[in-house]
Amino acid sequence: MRDLYGRFGPWLSTVFLSLVFIWLAGMVLAPNLMMIDYALRPNLPPAAIGGPDDGYSLNNILYLAGEATHRAIFLKTIWASALVALVTFLVCYPIAFWMAQRATTGQLSVALLLIIIPFFINEVLRTLAWFIILAYRGPLNAVLTNLGLIDAPIRWQGDGGVLAAMVYAYILFMLLPIYNAIESLEKAQIEAARDLGASPWRIHTRVVIPHAKAGIATGFVFTFMLAAGSYVAPALLGSPGSRWFTEIIYNWFFEGGDWNRGAAYALVLLVLCLAVVLITLRIARVNLADVAK
Amino acid sequence: MSHSVELAQIGMTFGTTRAVSDVSFKVEQGEFFSILGPSGCGKTTILRMIAGFIEPTEGRVLIGGRDMKGLGPNQRPTAMIFQSLALFPLMPVWENIAFGLEARGVGKAERRRKADELLRLIALEGYGDRMPGELSGGQRQRVAIARALAVEPGVLLLDEPLSALDLKLRQHMRAELRALQKRTGVTFIYITHDQSEALAMSDRVAVMSAGLLQQVATPRELYDNPATAFVARFVGETNAISGRISDVQDGRARIDTALGILSGRAGQGARAGQQGTIYIRPEALMPGDPVNALDARIERVDFEGAFALVHGRFADGAALAASVPSTRLADAPAPGAETRFGFAPEHAVVLGDA
Repeated sequence: MRDLYGRFGPWLSTVFLSLVFIWLAGMVLAPNLMMIDYALRPNLPPAAIGGPDDGYSLNNILYLAGEATHRAIFLKTIWASALVALVTFLVCYPIAFWMAQRATTGQLSVALLLIIIPFFINEVLRTLAWFIILAYRGPLNAVLTNLGLIDAPIRWQGDGGVLAAMVYAYILFMLLPIYNAIESLEKAQIEAARDLGASPWRIHTRVVIPHAKAGIATGFVFTFMLAAGSYVAPALLGSPGSRWFTEIIYNWFFEGGDWNRGAAYALVLLVLCLAVVLITLRIARVNLADVAK
Repeated sequence: MSHSVELAQIGMTFGTTRAVSDVSFKVEQGEFFSILGPSGCGKTTILRMIAGFIEPTEGRVLIGGRDMKGLGPNQRPTAMIFQSLALFPLMPVWENIAFGLEARGVGKAERRRKADELLRLIALEGYGDRMPGELSGGQRQRVAIARALAVEPGVLLLDEPLSALDLKLRQHMRAELRALQKRTGVTFIYITHDQSEALAMSDRVAVMSAGLLQQVATPRELYDNPATAFVARFVGETNAISGRISDVQDGRARIDTALGILSGRAGQGARAGQQGTIYIRPEALMPGDPVNALDARIERVDFEGAFALVHGRFADGAALAASVPSTRLADAPAPGAETRFGFAPEHAVVLGDA
């Protein structure tokens, strides 16, 4: 704080601090407080608001606990998001390792460009592209049928489609933290491990992954949170059997007209996400400040 | 199995860069062998070819008479000590040392026992559970050596492992490395750009320059009988005076220089009638010596205790470096004065210019 004042003078520093404060209060704190307020009140017709029926209770949250379908979808969203993070990790780790330790400067810039270019396009459009690729009479089925790998087209939409689209959508958030972490690993350490007779598997489990742990945890946290809060991919690529919890929340707000229950569901999702994040960080012995870096 | 290392006409080209050309030498089992040269001379490339990290583009590497072609670093009877040491910072010291055993599937109790045994060998008993970051530079150095020795290699490859240490520690580690080598009988191949390090520790030294092997010899031989101008200039200090070789006989050569006719031992390429250079070691130049007299103007005298380093210019402008024992210092006048130096012919060598 004193640093800030020393560097920019009292005026500019005060402006900076106020802007940060306004951002935090207006964009983070207020909406969340409002959400909590909504979640704990009953859904009432406008006339009854502030009346005798209006009061705080946990009824909206308990409703979720009692409703079997919603509860199942909620739990599935959690483990499916973890699965998305895991699959994204499995896809990204080899690429990140290659980029950080093996690629020449030229290869690296081409690879980075190829990976980043798709992200110039809006997430909805990217998901729509998957919608087209995975369509029943779409290119993927056409290619597989023509190659003779499958006899009849497969319905990709559903869990598989959602997983594919999400892994694709969040690759950057997993790839870059891991790449950064592995990049800082001294090449000689890998060589030393090889020289001492370690197999590639042991080199990765004993030397590379422990070194990249903070990056991997960061990638997991990002991907998990984004997946759990994702709406577009399940809405476009899901099937009735693969509903995502965010869709239920959407339904409460815009179809059911029950903002209070929607807010309660959103609150539960938020709390659970936070819990998962904190547990992951605890397991990986990484603190939040490292993730922010 | 013997662990001699033989390089047969190996060469290495990276893209368009020629890193090593036509290098051949043989390191005997149990020898302390150094490869000495300035940075970029190809010495690290040679070490990495012996270790198996890179395959030579030409020639063969033989260890114990066996061609190592196609064998990776984990399949060769070598262990490398890296310039940066490359200890695993997230493993305690004992796991670092036992890592090679872990890779070979040795059980934990046995690994721990072996690690403790090696810790005793390097005088770091009880340090097994510390992390590498908690050790001093010299201790980390020793852990790296123990880690390499744990896999019982026939050949230990050392890539300038002492370069990060301060002078005192470096000198101490030299002696320790030498003792360790004698004790274990392992063949050591040691890379360095520090000539005093190479001379002090090695049984034999290979000198390299720009990818070419200049000379392989014992330290003494290298110092007294440099085969090439590069070796004469790179190994130790020297005074070089050029001229025309007038006469070569009985192992002596006379050379006609701008400073007069000088005589020394006839070295490689010294033939009468050719251009040549006489190389005189600083400690060979004595003030007041009448043989091979050279006039010089003194510029600076650095008194170092046992001897003094005298810097100046010969009459033709070439630099003079003489190291005069303190007992003879009375003969060397103060800076600014003209003095006559001389040297015994057997302490100088005449080489033909290439």
